[in-house]
Order: sequence, then structure tokens, then C-alpha cells
Amino acid sequence: MPAVTDIVKLQNVSRYFGGITALKDVDFSCRAGSVHGILGENGAGKSTLIKILSGVLPPSEGQVLVDDKPVQYQSPSQAAKDGIVCIFQELSLIPDLSVAENIFIDHPPRRFGLIDASAQRRMAEKVLARIKCEDVDPDARVRDLSLSRRQMVEIAKAISKDLRVLILDEATSALTSKDVETVYGLLEELTANNVASLFISHRMQEVEALCDRLSVFRNGSHIQSFDKGDLTEGEIVRLMIGRDIEAQYPPKPPKAEVHQPALSITDLRWEQSLKGVDLSVGQGEIVGLGGLDGQGQKELLLALFGVLKGVKGEVRLGDMPFIPTSPAACKSAALALVPEDRKTEGLMLSLSIADNLLLPNYKAVSRGALIDTNRAAQEVDAAIAKLQIKTASPDISVETLSGGNQQKVVIAKWLALNPDVILLNDPTRGIDVGTKQEIYSLIRNLASSGKGVLLYSTDYAELIGCCDRVSVMYDGRVVNELSDDQLTEQALVAAALNIQSKGVA
Amino acid sequence: MTRMTSWVGRNRGFTGAFLLFAALFVGYQMMHPRGFSTAVFIQNANESVVIGFLAMAQTVPVLMRGLDLSVGAVMTLTNTIASHVVTGSPIQQIVGMTITLAAGTGFGLMNGLIVVYGRIQPIIATLATGAVAGGLALLIRPSPGGEISSDLNWALTNAVFDFTETLGFAQDGTAAWLQPIANIPMPLIIMAVFGICVWVPFKRTVTGRTIYAVGSAEGAAYMSGLPVARAKIAAFTLAGYFAACAGLYLAIQTSSGNADINQAGAYTLNSIAAVVLGGTSLLGGVGGAIASLIGAGILRVISFYFRILSIDPLMQSLIEGLVLLAAVSIGALRTLRVKNTLELFR
Amino acid sequence: MNTLLSFTPENRPIAIAAAFTLMIILIGTAYTLTTQGTAPMLTPSYLLQQLQIGSFLGLCAAGMMMVILLGHIDLSLPWTLTAAAMMATSVGGPWAIPAGLSVGLIVGLINGFGVSYLRIPSMIFTLGVDSVLRGLMIAHTGGFAPQTEASPLMRYLAADRIMGLPVAVFVWAAVSILITVVLTRTGFGKSIYATGAKESAAYLSGIRTRWVITGAFIASSMCAASAGILLAGYSAKAYQGMGAPFLLPAIAAVVLGGTHILGGRGRYLGTLVGVILIVFLNSVLSIMQMPEAFRQIIYGIVIVGMLLVYGRENKTRL
Repeated sequence: MPAVTDIVKLQNVSRYFGGITALKDVDFSCRAGSVHGILGENGAGKSTLIKILSGVLPPSEGQVLVDDKPVQYQSPSQAAKDGIVCIFQELSLIPDLSVAENIFIDHPPRRFGLIDASAQRRMAEKVLARIKCEDVDPDARVRDLSLSRRQMVEIAKAISKDLRVLILDEATSALTSKDVETVYGLLEELTANNVASLFISHRMQEVEALCDRLSVFRNGSHIQSFDKGDLTEGEIVRLMIGRDIEAQYPPKPPKAEVHQPALSITDLRWEQSLKGVDLSVGQGEIVGLGGLDGQGQKELLLALFGVLKGVKGEVRLGDMPFIPTSPAACKSAALALVPEDRKTEGLMLSLSIADNLLLPNYKAVSRGALIDTNRAAQEVDAAIAKLQIKTASPDISVETLSGGNQQKVVIAKWLALNPDVILLNDPTRGIDVGTKQEIYSLIRNLASSGKGVLLYSTDYAELIGCCDRVSVMYDGRVVNELSDDQLTEQALVAAALNIQSKGVA
Repeated sequence: MTRMTSWVGRNRGFTGAFLLFAALFVGYQMMHPRGFSTAVFIQNANESVVIGFLAMAQTVPVLMRGLDLSVGAVMTLTNTIASHVVTGSPIQQIVGMTITLAAGTGFGLMNGLIVVYGRIQPIIATLATGAVAGGLALLIRPSPGGEISSDLNWALTNAVFDFTETLGFAQDGTAAWLQPIANIPMPLIIMAVFGICVWVPFKRTVTGRTIYAVGSAEGAAYMSGLPVARAKIAAFTLAGYFAACAGLYLAIQTSSGNADINQAGAYTLNSIAAVVLGGTSLLGGVGGAIASLIGAGILRVISFYFRILSIDPLMQSLIEGLVLLAAVSIGALRTLRVKNTLELFR
Repeated sequence: MNTLLSFTPENRPIAIAAAFTLMIILIGTAYTLTTQGTAPMLTPSYLLQQLQIGSFLGLCAAGMMMVILLGHIDLSLPWTLTAAAMMATSVGGPWAIPAGLSVGLIVGLINGFGVSYLRIPSMIFTLGVDSVLRGLMIAHTGGFAPQTEASPLMRYLAADRIMGLPVAVFVWAAVSILITVVLTRTGFGKSIYATGAKESAAYLSGIRTRWVITGAFIASSMCAASAGILLAGYSAKAYQGMGAPFLLPAIAAVVLGGTHILGGRGRYLGTLVGVILIVFLNSVLSIMQMPEAFRQIIYGIVIVGMLLVYGRENKTRL
């Protein structure tokens, strides 16, 4: 057995933000030549941990050791000099610079002190080839790339450096399955070269498959580290949330004979993304949108919400034909969308919880032209109570809430309008297990009260657990519809790849 | 070829601005009775230097998503400084020019320090420091005047030939090697040496690239370990330098200094217009100082037309405004073709 | 919660600006006491006169604030003001004020259209509109000072007094109350804050952000037009360049009052305090017979100094 060496060690590290403790008294180490998974709910301290490791934040107490020598990083670039590189969840790419410029942003090849653009392009091509992204033009602007390509450029940027520790924070969440394979291969290669990889993901299967060592964090504390296989999945989840989860998903109701249609779509087309979508959602039904990422699911939701222009096809809400011209028109027609990115599309981060909750609802709480402050306050209190949003006061800014509570605010602002149809775009992305559960039962309750729900998720388990029916999209069309016993992970994957296997049909 | 087309695709704003400028300029020369002559070129170049330098000055902060509302005032301030110090023997004049440029650069540095360490939004910080610069200019030169030598004026505002002749080298401008460039207007040489030759290398330093990165995504720039604070300070310092170039040239061109605050304000606004016409985005990250020179050129050529078309000067402001609105509206037509409304908000 | 004294981040600049205003008055009084042995600044008539002068800037700043809350800016203020004044005086009679206000309405619609529909940065679009308005007015007057005069109603509103109080102050107060109510108690006002904070999120919340932006620009231009009408009434006529001295002080007043220049945050009370601060600063400087050069310098230092004291910009805005 080879000698196990710890590259990075944390000793008694704590980190405070104002009065809040994000990390307390953490001892943690990661070994060369291993893939180390970090698990924990949102707010468990994982992101603070990696920010300290990668030099974004200094620890409030305790020390960081690299090769047993204490270090004090003032910036990510200092950590990078020691070979500690992080791929952040919120991308660190510069949209208006080229791919090559981004890859070598902090260590460009230079001649006579000036950046050597042609050497940079050649080197970028090499790095991109290493992660099988030859299709990416080094001169292309990052802004023009798809989300999954950007994520790969981010990875290229990390591996272009002299790596010793690679930290991946939800780095695979936006990737296509082919890229995920590439990344897995890359991790193996890095491990063979004695690089330590820290892997943070909410996808349990992924962590299990990749990592040979796991650490669980909860409430800012390091709970336990163990080798893969030492604990069962159930035990791990219990460690993460500190209690048992009986059932992650609320039970599904028995299948109704006939659903009154809440939303029906016929031959919906838009640009190159939607090529004739047919779909219907009944009242009291949760319909999932499945398929690989980027098959038109997001565009479908945006088209239904009036964001896209030049949409062709027929949409009916209930029995009435409906043309979604703008989100405002959709709001009037009792249609709601929980958008993909809560930070830029769902919330006004700098505004208070109350202002965010009331924004779509001012008509309802106004008397004449003026807002009735009492009614507005009641409405806000009711929404906070209904979704159990954890906050000291409705007047503090949404920025200060955890991701899960932020997402609850996004959902809550629509519920006050009592919409008939609710469109959800990956509502549980980057949210901890406990809040996920709350959101699942909320969605089920909405359906039980007769609403139609259309849910897009990148998580197959979620689709299977939550939905009465899943429409799988491929290349801008619904290619398959799965329900009841057909709704299995295997069938979903097969349908997503548009494989017409007999077991599925 | 594909690299060329993809370059054009990525630099649509610049390409459009360049074509517009070329069309306007060629049209103007063709309509001018003495078009395509050295005299006309020299006159045009002279009238474009100040706004050209100011457009470059404005570009740098705009690239990092700031604005410098003090560029006009810094120009006026350095203009008044130059009117005092650029006198005497040739050596003294050169020292004076250096002092002038250093003063503007220093003022820009101060802007940068206030923005970075005072954490004040650039637009407001420079609005305030602009007032200070204007006040200082008034103190330095309460009434217009100054005694910059007419030789210097002659040497720098004509062709290369006149420059060498005035300074008495290259056989008084008749040397054979000089002939290919003898008819190039000096103002263009000055723009190239003091403007372009500073900007182009700067753009290829890490600091220069960081300015683009900050304008495009400040958070990502910080996360990538780029020297954000240094780049911001450098941006305003460089703006101060270019503004000082404008002020110095204005002093030499008019042989005097004049603390005209209204003129300073008008120049600041025109510098923003030039930047936008050149295709640099006010949202930061896209564009460049060369593009802004083209933008400044467009603004100037439009005003040249007033002379040859004998348009009522009273209409000048109206037509300038309409051209500006038309130019930016053409650029905006692309937004009408955007099919995903969310793309409009970024 | 909403009292002036609680030092929430929103109120801190307002309190500081108010304290600074008092300080300016005290310094001015100390100066006059030592040089002339009198304290004219503390007399009601002097204060009222300052308020009367301040009402023009106050109206401009009120409108400017609506636009700045959206993260935009209205550089067409100078010639909107002038054009409204010139149109009002040249139409004259009972239709003078409606004529001036309709100039504001039209300019606001154009600005709003350019910024919200064409999505041209407001900085550049309103600059172009300003230039066009100037051109139109110069063409209208032939480049000479207009000979027309303000209507009696305009003079009454600008220069007369009710119960000893200048009527202009009542106009300013009415507009202030209207804007406060709009910003705090209407969906439109709340939508301005939301759009300024994050336009994409406001849009996806079913807010018609284009209308909101257009509405704010109309408000801005109407305020500028009202200021122009009053100013023409005050001086009995309209004149070239009557708007130019108001642009930068209006922006400064809004920002000194704590409104964030990038939008989304700010209270009208702050703008009010900012206007009063600037008016008194100007008047103390003129009492001290400060030459223009020093005025400019002090002006700039005060703005930078106050903002440094506020120190409310976050380190990095991610």
C-alpha cells in the first residue's frame, strides 16, 4: 500500500459572517491521488469550506496547511500558485472574452511582457483536446457558447494549470452525459497523477460512483469522513440531515380516470428549438418534462410563459384558446412560471422578502390605485407561513436567505395569485434535501387542489418520484410519454436517448 | 477567410462604425471642392485630435463598465496648465509638456483611487472630481490667454514636412527618406504615437485584459484571480493621460489656455457619443479605443458636412442629435429581432 | 421602522445629509455673524426665498430620481426644461401650461420608447434627444432670445405667495407628495424599484417593465417641464440655457439623498434632503462671495466627501 499523503489540511478552522457561524472548528484533510466527495445540505458549510480552501475567503480562526506548512491565501490566484484550483458553481468565466483568453486568464503566455495571442490559441487547442472539446473554437466568445460548453471551458481553465488539488463544486450539473463521461475519465487520469479531487454534488449516485472517500458536513461542522462502501446510502442521508427521512416523495394519488385538461399544447414550434410539441396537463396532475438537457424543455416553458417571440402552434388553457404574449398576460390568465435561475430571473435579490412576494400581486392588495398596507402585510404573512419561509422579518432582503428559502419565496409569490397552471423549471436545483422534500409535497398539494403542474427537472429520480406522467423530449419534440409502471429510470434514460426499446413502448 | 468572417461577426459594431465612417469620409472628400488634398486632410485631422483623444480617454473606463464624466474637465485643466508651462526654450517646452501630461495622469490616478478605495460609483465620483478639475482650471487661468510659441503650433498642426522644417532636421524636411511620409498630417502622427502606441500594447497586458474582464463580469474576474483593483485604477489613470493629451494638443492648437467649463461638459458628452458610435458597449467588456477613434471620426465628419453643404449652422445641433439617435437606433434594430425576450436584459 | 431616526442602510445617508445641511447653515451663520454681525440665514424670509429657488431644482431632482431608481439617467433634462418653458411662453394665455406639460409628455414618451423598446442605453439616447430638442428650439427662436412672455398663471405659480409662503413651494410640495405616494403606495412605484433591482426578474414576475420604464421617463420629463414652466414664470420669460445649470445638481441631489445610481434603492425623502443641501450649499457660497472656481471645487469635494462618509458600496458586487 502506497504511503498516503495529505496535501491540504484544515485545523480547527472556523468562519463567521457577522453573527452567523458558517463553519465551526473543522478538521479536514484530503489525500493525494483520491477523489473525495463532500456531502451536506445547503447551508452545511460546503461552499464556505471550498472558498477557504481556494483562497476566496480567509478563515476566521484556525489554519490551513498545504504540505504541512501553514498558508494564508489572500486571493484565489495565490491558492492557484500552490496548485489548488476550484471550478465554481457560479461560473467564473468572462463572457466577452474568447475561450482561449479565458482558459489562460491569469497565466497567459507572454512575449516581451505582452500577451502572446497565437501561442495562447495553440495552447488552448491542446487543453480543449484533452477534454475532448475539439468542437470549441478557441477564438469564440464565451458568451456565444451553450451552458454545457462553458462548463467544459471552465474545466479546461482549471486543468491548464499545474494542478495538485482540483475542487469541483456542482461542476457536472450543466453537462451533457457525454461530457460527464469525459469528466469522469479526466478525474481518473488526474487521480493516477496523484492529484486530489474534491467533488461536491447533490447527485448521490454520482458521488457514490466517483469518490473513494466521503465527508459529510452539517450545520457548519464536519460530521464524519469515511471510505466508500463503509456506510449505506440511508446511513449517509441520515448523517447529512441528522434525522431519518421516511419518504422523500409524497405518495401519489390513485390514477384518476379522466383529467379535465388544464393546459394543452398542439404542434408548438419556435426557431430551431421547438419542432412541434404536443403535450397536455390535466387538472390535478403533475406532468414531468424529461430528456437530456437542451432538448427544448426550457424553451417550451419560456414559450408557454410568453417570453419567446414568434412561437407558432396552439395553446389552450382549460377550454379557452390562449396566446401567451408576455409574462404579464400569462399572469392574468392564471399561469405561473418558476424560472430556471432564481438569482437573476426569480428574485430581486436586493429587495425585501415582502417586496418580492407582493410584486405579481399588487392588483390584489390595492384599493383603487393605492396599496392597502394591511392587506399587503396579511398576504405576506400568509405566504411566509404557508411555505414555512425561515426569516426573522419580511422586511429583510432576500439576499440573506439560504438557497432553499429563496426558492420558496419564488414559489410563494405565485401561489398568492392562485394560478391554474404552474410551470416549474428545475425548482430544486442546488437545494438541500430537507427543503426539496417540502417543495415536493407542496407541488403535490397544489395538484391535489386541482392545479395543473408541468415540472422540468434534470434529476430523473425527481421525475419518477414526483410526477404522475413524464413527457420525454428529444430534439424539440415530445418523443415518449411514460406513466405508472413504465416510469422507471431505465425507461427514462432510454427514452431520453430516443432509443425505441421494446420494454419501453 | 473563415477567421476573417468570424472576426467581423464578433466585431459587428466596429465593422459597422468603420463602414459608416469610410462612407461619410469619402463622400465628404468627393463633395469638397479641394477634396483629397493635403491641406484638407491636415485641417480635418487637426479638428479631430482633441475629440479623438477624449474618445480614447472615455473608452477605458467604459470598457470596465464605468464612465468618466471628468474627461472634458481634465482636458480643460491640462489645457490651462499647458498654457502656462509649455513656453521658453525647446527643452523647457518638452518639460512643460511632460508636466502637463503628468498632471492629467495624476488626476486620473486620483479618480481611480477614489473609485476603488472610496467605493463610489465611477459616474458620481467623476462627476464630482470633474467639478474640482473645472474649478482648478478657472483658478489657473481666470481669463483665456497664454503664450505658446507659434513655432510649436506650426510644427505640430501641419504636415510632417513642416514639422521637420520648423525644427530644422532631416535637411529641413527635404531629405529623401522623409518624402514618403512628408505629407502626412502631424496630428495623425501625434494620435498614433501618443494614443494608439500606448493603447495597443496596454490592451495586451494582464492589466489591460482585466479591464475587459471587469466590464464583462466583475465577480468572475475576481474569482479568476485577476488584479481587479489595479485594473480599475489603471483605467482611470489612462483616461486621465488621454484627456491630458487632448488638453495639451488643444493648448498647442489654439496657442492658449481657456477654462471654459461649458466646453468641457460638451466634450465629455461628445466623448461618450463617440465611444458608443464606435461600437463600444456602455455595459462594458466589448469594444476598444481604436473603435472610439472611428466613432470620434464619425462625429467630426458629420460636422464637416455642414460647411460644404452650407447648412444653416442653427440646424447643426438638431442634425447632430438626429444622426446620433439614428446611429444608435440602427444598432438597436438587432434587439427587435431577438426572439427570446430574456436575452434583452443581460 | 420608517422613522427618519432609525439608521437602516436606507436612512443613514438621509440622516447624514440632513446633519450636513444643518452644519452648512451654521457655518454660513457663523460667517455672517463674524463679518457683518447679523444672521440673515436664520430669518424666515431668507429661508423661504431659498425654498422658492430650491423648488425648481426640487422638481428636476424628483423626476430624475424616478429614472435613477431604474438604473437609468435622463440627460435630456436641460432642454426638456427649456423647450417646455419656450413652448409655454410662446403659446401663452390659458394654454401656456398645458403646452409646456405636453412637451414633457412627448419627450418622456420618446425617451421611454428609445430606452425600453429599442433598449438603447439611456445615457446615450437621452443625450441625443437633448441635442435634438436644442436644435428644434434654436430653429424655433432663430437663435435669438425669445421675446414671448410668461402667462399670468405661470407668474403666479412661480413668484406669488399664499399666506406669505411662495406658491412655487406649494407646487413642489404637491409633486413631492404625489411622488412619495406613487413610490411607496402604488404597484407602479413598487414596480419601479423591482425593475431597477433586476429587470429580468421583474419581467418574469409579470411586470410590464417597458411600461414601467416609459412611465418613469414620462414622470421625469413632466417634472423637468414643470420646473421649466415655473422658472419661466419666475423670470417672466424663457431663455436659452435656462436648463443647463440643473442637470448635474439634480443628479447630485438624488445621489446625495442615498438613491443608488445603479437603481433599485432609495427614498424620496433623501432626494428632498439632497436638494435642500445643495440649495443651502450654493447660498452659503454666494453669501461668502466665493469665486466660481472655489465654488466648483467645494462642490466636488462635498459630493465625494459625503459619499465617502456614506461608505455604502459593497466590496464586490457579484
